Amino acid sequence: MASLAIFRALRNRRFSLISPSAIPYSRSIFKLISTLILGEHEGGFLKPSTLSAVSAASSFGKDNSISILLGGSGSDLQKAALHAASTHPVISQVLVADANILMHPLAEPWADLVHLLQKKGAYSYIISASSSFGKNVLPRAAAILDVSPITDVIEISEPYLFVRPIYAGNALCTVRYTGLEPCMVTIRSTSFPPPSIPTAVESSAAPISQVDLSTFYKETGGKSRWLKLTSQETDRPDLGNARIIVTGGRGLKSAENFKLLDKLAEKLGAAVGATRAAVDANFVPNDLQVGQTGKIVAPELYMAFGVSGAIQHLAGMRDSKVIVAVNKDPDAPIFQVADYGLVADLFEAIPELIEKLPEKK
Amino acid sequence: MKVVVAVKRVVDYAVKVRVKPDKSGVETSNVKMSMNPFCEIALEEALRIRENGGASEVVAVSIGPTQCTETLRTALAMGADRAVHVDVGPITVYPLSVAKILRAIVEAEKPGLLILGKQAIDDDCNQTGQMVAGLLKWPQGTFASKVILNKEEQIATVEREVDSGLETICLDLPAIITTDLRLNQPRYATLPNIMKAKSKVIKKLTVEELNVELKSDFEVCQVTEPPVRKAGTIVSTVDELIDKLKNEAHVL
Repeated sequence: MASLAIFRALRNRRFSLISPSAIPYSRSIFKLISTLILGEHEGGFLKPSTLSAVSAASSFGKDNSISILLGGSGSDLQKAALHAASTHPVISQVLVADANILMHPLAEPWADLVHLLQKKGAYSYIISASSSFGKNVLPRAAAILDVSPITDVIEISEPYLFVRPIYAGNALCTVRYTGLEPCMVTIRSTSFPPPSIPTAVESSAAPISQVDLSTFYKETGGKSRWLKLTSQETDRPDLGNARIIVTGGRGLKSAENFKLLDKLAEKLGAAVGATRAAVDANFVPNDLQVGQTGKIVAPELYMAFGVSGAIQHLAGMRDSKVIVAVNKDPDAPIFQVADYGLVADLFEAIPELIEKLPEKK
Repeated sequence: MKVVVAVKRVVDYAVKVRVKPDKSGVETSNVKMSMNPFCEIALEEALRIRENGGASEVVAVSIGPTQCTETLRTALAMGADRAVHVDVGPITVYPLSVAKILRAIVEAEKPGLLILGKQAIDDDCNQTGQMVAGLLKWPQGTFASKVILNKEEQIATVEREVDSGLETICLDLPAIITTDLRLNQPRYATLPNIMKAKSKVIKKLTVEELNVELKSDFEVCQVTEPPVRKAGTIVSTVDELIDKLKNEAHVL
C-alpha cells in the first residue's frame, strides 16, 4: 500500500511539472503490479466471464501486467490461446498449461498449478470469475498459499479495497485486503462488463508462452478423477449473459406449463430461468436456478412469472436493469422490486404476451 | 469410518437483516439464529451415510462463541453422536482461520470424510471446504447433489452442481464434500431425540489447545444497505405492459 501511495504521489508530481507524454516514467524503480487471471475457455474461445475478469483486473492500476492462464490440451486450447492473445490490448501475456489432467476442471491439479505459477511469477493479484470453476479452485489455491481469498466482488473501489454482497445481497460489505501477496479475488461477472474490444488488435497480439510443467506432475496426485458432465442441450442464450431473461416460479405449476415460458423466451430471444421452488419441483433442471445459491444474473430485462420474490431469489436478479413481475397475488414481495408489475393470472398473461409481443430483431 | 461435519450458527434464513446504523455490521443481537441451512444438509448426509452402514460415528463441530453449543445441541438432536465446540469468544473468525481449526480437528479425529455446507448464508463466502481440502491436501467434491460411498474401494462418487449442468467426479478417501441444496431433505429433530441430545457430550476446545494461530489478512471497513430500487408502477393490462417496455423502458 505504501509503495502505491508513493507511486501515485510521484506520478502526480511529474504530471504537474512536465507534460506526461514528454517523459514516460521509468517502470524499473517501482514495483510493478501483475495479475494472473484463471481463464476459462469453451470451443476455442474465452468465456465471457473471463473477459469480465479482464475488465476487473484492469481496474487495479494502469501499470498492471495481466496474464491469462489457460489449461487443457488439444486444438481447442491452442485456438483459445490465440483468441486470448488478440482479444484486448490490456492482456500482456497468455500462459498455456498443456496437460491432460487439466482438461477437466478438477480443483486439485488446478490449485497446484496456481501455486506453481505464483512461486515463479510472484503475482500481486490472482483473480477469476465467481463461476463454479472459480469458486471451486481459487479458495483451495489460496489456502495452499496461506492467504484469505475474497469472493464475489462486485466493485473494486481502489487497489485492495473491495465491495461484496453478504446476507443474500441484503447488505454490502467493504473489505480492505491487508495480507501478503497474492491478493486473491473472484469477481461477479455481471458487475464487470467485458471490456469493449478496440479494432485492429491483431497487430498487438500478446505473446503466448507454454508453462513448464516438468515439476508439476510430481506434486499433483491423482486423488480425484473426472467421470462425466451431464448438460442440458439448448440453443437459447446462456443465462449468465442473456439480454432478456424470463423466469418461472412455483406458480407455473408443472413442467408442462414451463413450455409456455419457453415459447415466450423464443419470441423474445431470451434465456429461461427458474426459482428454487420450480427446480425442486422438477419443472426444470437445476442449472437454470437464479438466486443466492444459483446463478446471479443482471440482464436488461428480467420478467418473473409466478415468482413470489423470496430474498434468496431476489439476491440473484436485483441488479437487472428492468424488472417485470406477473403474479396473481398483489402482495407478493416481487412487486416491491419490480419496475412494472401486472397483477394477473399468468396462464392468461403469457399467451397474450406471446401473441402481442413484436418479433425479435 | 468416522464422519466429521462442520456446522455454523447464523442468522435464520427467514429473517430480514438490518444493517447497524454505525455501519459496523449487521444487527445480530435479539435476532433469531439457526443452523446454516447448508450445514443441516451436510449433517443429514452424514447421518444417512451412518444409517447405511458407511460410517460408524458422526461428529459435529462448530467454531464460534458460547452460543454455538445450541447449534451443536440441534445437531445432536438430529442424530450426531457427539460434538466438539471450539470456543473463540465473541470475535468473528473468517474462513482461513476456520479451515486451520478444522484441519487441527481432522488431524485429531482422523475421519474418512469431512462434510460441510457449500456456503454460509451470512458471509456468503463459499470458501471453507475448499480451503480445508487445500490445507490437508485431500481431494474435494464441492456443491454435491449426490454422494455414493464405496467402502471396499475407499472412494466416493460425487455428482456436483456446476454452471453448465451436473458433473460427476470420483474421489479417493479421505475426502472433503460440500453440500448443495438438492443433496437431501434434512430431518426434523423429534422431542425424544431433543431430550436424548441433552445427555450427549459436547467437548470444549480452545484455539490454544489446538495450537492454531488466528490471523486475519483483511479488515471489514463498513457494511451498508444495498441501493434501494425506485418504486415501480402497476400496470393493468398486457397491452399497457408492452407499451411501457417499448416506449418508457426501451428494452423491447
